Amino acid sequence: PFCALTRPLSAIACLLQTNIQSDCRWYSVSHLSVKERIEKKRKAAQMGGGQKRIDAQHQRGKLTARERVELLLDPESFVETDMFVEHRCSDFGMEQDANKFPGDSVVTGRGRINGRLVYVFSQDFTVFGGSLSGAHAQKICKIMDQALTVGAPVIGLNDSGGARIQEGVESLAGYADIFLVHPSDLPHHGSLCILTHLMLCLQDTSYLFITGPDVVKSVTNEDVTQEELGGAKTHTAVSGVAHRAFENDVEALLYLRDFFNFLPLSNQDPAPIRECQDPSDRLVKSLDTVVPFESTKAYDMLDIIHAVLDEGDFFEIMPTYAKNIVVGFARMNGRTVGIVGNQPKVASGCLDINSSVKGARFVRFCDAFNIPIITFVDVPGFLPGTAQEYGGIIRHGAKLLFAFAEATVPKITIITRKAYGGAYDVMSSKHLRGDMNYAWPTAEVAVMGAKGAVQIIFRGKENQAEAEAEYVEKFANPFPAAVRGFVDDIIEPATTRKRICRDLEVLASKKQVNPWKKHANIPL
Amino acid sequence: WTFLTGVSVTMHACTHTHTLTRTHAPHTHTHCSYGLFSSSQTFDKILIANRGEIACRVIKTCKKMGIQTVAVHSDVDSNVHVKMADEAVCVGPAPTSKSYLNMDAIMDAIRLTGAQAVHPGYGFLSENKDFAKRLAAVGVTFIGPDTHAIQAMGDKIESKLIAKAAKVNTIPGFDGVVKTAEDAVKIAQQIGYPVMIKASAGGGGKGMRIAWNDEETREGFRFSSQEAASSFGDDRLLIEKYIDNPRHIEIQVLADKHGNVLWLNERECSIQRRNQKVVEEAPSMFLDADTRRVMGEQAVQLAKAVKYSSAGTVEFLVDSKKNFYFLEMNTRLQVEHPVTECITGLDLVEQMIRIAKGYQLQQKQEDIPINGWAIESRVYAEDPFKSFGLPSIGRLSQYQEPLKLSHVRVDSGIEEGSDINIYYDPMISKLVTYGATRAEALARMEDALDNYVIRGVTHNIPLLREIITHPRFVSGDISTNFLPEVYPEGFKGHHLDEDRCRELLASAAALHVTSQLYSHKILGTQSDLMLCYRVSSAPMDQNNWELCVELGQELHDIEISKSGNSYIFMNGLCLSLQVKVDGGQVEVCGDWNLASPLLPLTINGTCRMLQCLSKESSGNIVLQYMGTLFKVRVLSKLTAKLNSYMPEKVSEDTSSILRSPMPGTVVAMSVKPGDTVADGQEICVIEAMKMQNSLTAVKQAKVKSVHCQPGETVGEGDLLVELE
Repeated sequence: PFCALTRPLSAIACLLQTNIQSDCRWYSVSHLSVKERIEKKRKAAQMGGGQKRIDAQHQRGKLTARERVELLLDPESFVETDMFVEHRCSDFGMEQDANKFPGDSVVTGRGRINGRLVYVFSQDFTVFGGSLSGAHAQKICKIMDQALTVGAPVIGLNDSGGARIQEGVESLAGYADIFLVHPSDLPHHGSLCILTHLMLCLQDTSYLFITGPDVVKSVTNEDVTQEELGGAKTHTAVSGVAHRAFENDVEALLYLRDFFNFLPLSNQDPAPIRECQDPSDRLVKSLDTVVPFESTKAYDMLDIIHAVLDEGDFFEIMPTYAKNIVVGFARMNGRTVGIVGNQPKVASGCLDINSSVKGARFVRFCDAFNIPIITFVDVPGFLPGTAQEYGGIIRHGAKLLFAFAEATVPKITIITRKAYGGAYDVMSSKHLRGDMNYAWPTAEVAVMGAKGAVQIIFRGKENQAEAEAEYVEKFANPFPAAVRGFVDDIIEPATTRKRICRDLEVLASKKQVNPWKKHANIPL
Repeated sequence: WTFLTGVSVTMHACTHTHTLTRTHAPHTHTHCSYGLFSSSQTFDKILIANRGEIACRVIKTCKKMGIQTVAVHSDVDSNVHVKMADEAVCVGPAPTSKSYLNMDAIMDAIRLTGAQAVHPGYGFLSENKDFAKRLAAVGVTFIGPDTHAIQAMGDKIESKLIAKAAKVNTIPGFDGVVKTAEDAVKIAQQIGYPVMIKASAGGGGKGMRIAWNDEETREGFRFSSQEAASSFGDDRLLIEKYIDNPRHIEIQVLADKHGNVLWLNERECSIQRRNQKVVEEAPSMFLDADTRRVMGEQAVQLAKAVKYSSAGTVEFLVDSKKNFYFLEMNTRLQVEHPVTECITGLDLVEQMIRIAKGYQLQQKQEDIPINGWAIESRVYAEDPFKSFGLPSIGRLSQYQEPLKLSHVRVDSGIEEGSDINIYYDPMISKLVTYGATRAEALARMEDALDNYVIRGVTHNIPLLREIITHPRFVSGDISTNFLPEVYPEGFKGHHLDEDRCRELLASAAALHVTSQLYSHKILGTQSDLMLCYRVSSAPMDQNNWELCVELGQELHDIEISKSGNSYIFMNGLCLSLQVKVDGGQVEVCGDWNLASPLLPLTINGTCRMLQCLSKESSGNIVLQYMGTLFKVRVLSKLTAKLNSYMPEKVSEDTSSILRSPMPGTVVAMSVKPGDTVADGQEICVIEAMKMQNSLTAVKQAKVKSVHCQPGETVGEGDLLVELE
């Protein structure tokens, strides 16, 4: 019912206008003038900073705020709020009419993505470079508050130069307001905001930094370009600030639409189930041969992940950062699941600081939004070395352990090959309340690899080869874990999909509550 | 006769019995050739000294005959043949010279398992007289001809002399070993260009070069002797007159140890690339009954001359006037033997086993029929867009043979999940279709290729499908130069005419619409549908879409509307869509199952099998249509408009960097940094699957840097050399 766009509305207004003009010319002058002014403001709001700036935005290969919203939402579903809001600054000539733009530098409202409710704000670079004024901040806070009351997510499309300098402290207060809304919505109605939960960015046009290259140069005397300092590549591959980069606006928004379908609308909604055309009992024959004979040889964990999922559809998060762990969203028999997997192809799939933090953050995301976690384990241990120890691998590795242990969503674990030492414990093991833990016949659950173990146990003794063979015989197989009940079953790889789908059905009603605490104390 | 569907090596066909097999026969059979084998005891256990599809093929027949089987394999090669066999023995590491060619290890395997006979398949040790001798020394039967025949026919020089003596037509040439490159040039000049330089011990197109002038002769000599040395351990070469534009037609013979020899008609194998066969058929459209008979009789004369026993093939070159010349005799089972089995109803492997045991042939020459037509396509893991096929490697992430279709036989030795690696032949399978007529067999081949799902490696189905539908091939106007003549600029994939293009665009757009509708299908548990998932149903009522589809550089406007308002979810979305493309109207109906790699559509009333390889959120869709992959991008009209503001992506300048076109080993690096290379000059040589490939510069430039060394293993796309 609220789907009427601004444009059709104005068309009706036009019709009214002409009718009234012809019939009652003499006393409705002021009334017409209000209509006219409404019309004028609406038109002006549509144009943002004006055609010239829109063209400039296009020339930079960027879309305008409104175009972005139009692309992100279902056709004709956008309902705009605060189109008439203007900034209140009167310094530096800002009070002049020419410097007032209806709606100010942000477009806000709600709409639908594939039929599902979402609130959205989109900063308008054509108006004062998308800078944040008090009014701008207020608009955003308004939709966030509303999203909070109905339990719907917020998507922010950021394109802003920063605080509006003319406004001084008021704009900074605006920032504080926004950030106040954000944290408060996490534990309660969990809105999804790109700024807080997931950040997507654009190659070549997205830059994000605390201080720009000029300031860096003057303070630390480092020569660095914008791209190197805070470009998409830096944040997706080096800093881990952004979760995924896209080539351009259009691609990012199209992906965002599909990605949105994986997530629940709030942390009190269950994860969505989409109709599934991929048979849940499909046997995946290729999995029987995916793990190579030699346990030192690498393979691609993504081969397993893609083969098991519905339609092979996997939305990977942070694909270029800490590549020794793979995380992302997918569906199993239509249900959204979070996938965590060690990647033997990169650094043997070992856990290090970056991969632990990446994994931990993802696991907590899933737990916060009721998304079951499926973990594929092939981990030879934690990465040794001074760089790791000095960097605090103990503290960071504990984050992943903490995250898995704390999670109360359904947790299913498949050990495909190595599960060595402490890293085995960390990877959603039975000891961390895993609901269903499986081992493939190729699984080796042990304290460490046979060679290393024998070197320690039989230090300086002969017949090491013999001892190694004995160790392999005893521990390099799934039995030691299976006889103790640390894995629930040893399964044929081909049946993995079937088993997971069946378990998810059963675990859908899982209820588990952690002991009360103000908040958990993850080792930050 | 019988169409040997039961011999297909996929696992679910394993349990086919002989009788079951016969139910596939569409015609009544004229005679029964192997009703007797059950009473004639042969061997208890056979070792198959081979791998891949041919090992599976042999095991198949052994199972039918109640013979135990032993597979041998290298340590990286645990494919289907190992699983099919009753026993398996590892005979060494991956390189063939250390495993499948490792006679000591194979002799050990025989001793270990107590196998009474060895079937060598093709390649590897199949034409190795030393191997046959060693087997004979320990009293194990070699399922193949006697060492005398192997030796006589294995040497191209000797075989030619014997053929001459047996009154078989032969090609003019030099009947001796060529020692040096200068020798080669001298001899070539005497015979007259063009000449063919080939390995004396060769086969399968390896170590074979054609030379049109002195310089090419020198180069050919160098390459051929290197390849011959690495493939056969024997670098002797010979030179003969090269017959331009010939057909390659071969006669299958079958001989027992009692002097009986039969010819089992011909196989036409003219479609070749780099002297390796791609498409074969039986019979040949070119031969009349008389020529066929004369060729058959000459083949029999040759077999008799060397006291041949077992199955063998006499290869001929046939010129446009139906003059035929003896090329060579292959003393083994040929790759393309299935087409002969299809039209004659004989199981050649079974015949070989019986003959090896000493039984007499049960058939007479007049019992050998030509029933119907059979075509074989060799499906390879290779990129047909690079010189009609450069090897590619990878893991078969998805693999479905078109066995649901009737009259299709697939001989393969791999399955979903198998690795195609650099150590072995990149053949995926042999796809054989059969029909009462050639047209029927061709139509079935077209269907079978469209239904064949291969993911994870690049394959040559685009090329195969183009060949079998090309007017020249359909009319039978072919020669061994078919590919270079038809595609002088190299193979570029299927060229879409206006109607086909419209169909493709309509299908892609319809696929996009279906997946959009599918995205709205968020379900809830019964009670909380609206509450928890809060899906507005409004957009589901959408009936019309305005889209824009990008194909190549062109944008096409498309309007789609639902025709009829009923659509049901069963296994997929049954939906019929009216599509307006560039002004034309196309109706696309389908049972849209987006999880299936196959996309069976009815387009304007015609059934078409498309395949969807990928479908991304960005609107990019890769479809296989008419065998070829097409990349399209489907966007809504609005999105397309906005997309036009997006900057174009700059692509890498490829003229100044040389990347490896395939995975392999660098065997020679001809340049070093600072050198200046001319356009077309050789930069380095990559060996992959026993083929040496010379990589050349595409412009004149100075070498900036070299990123690999001889002996190094490189992957496809690896940077080798940078030019300035």
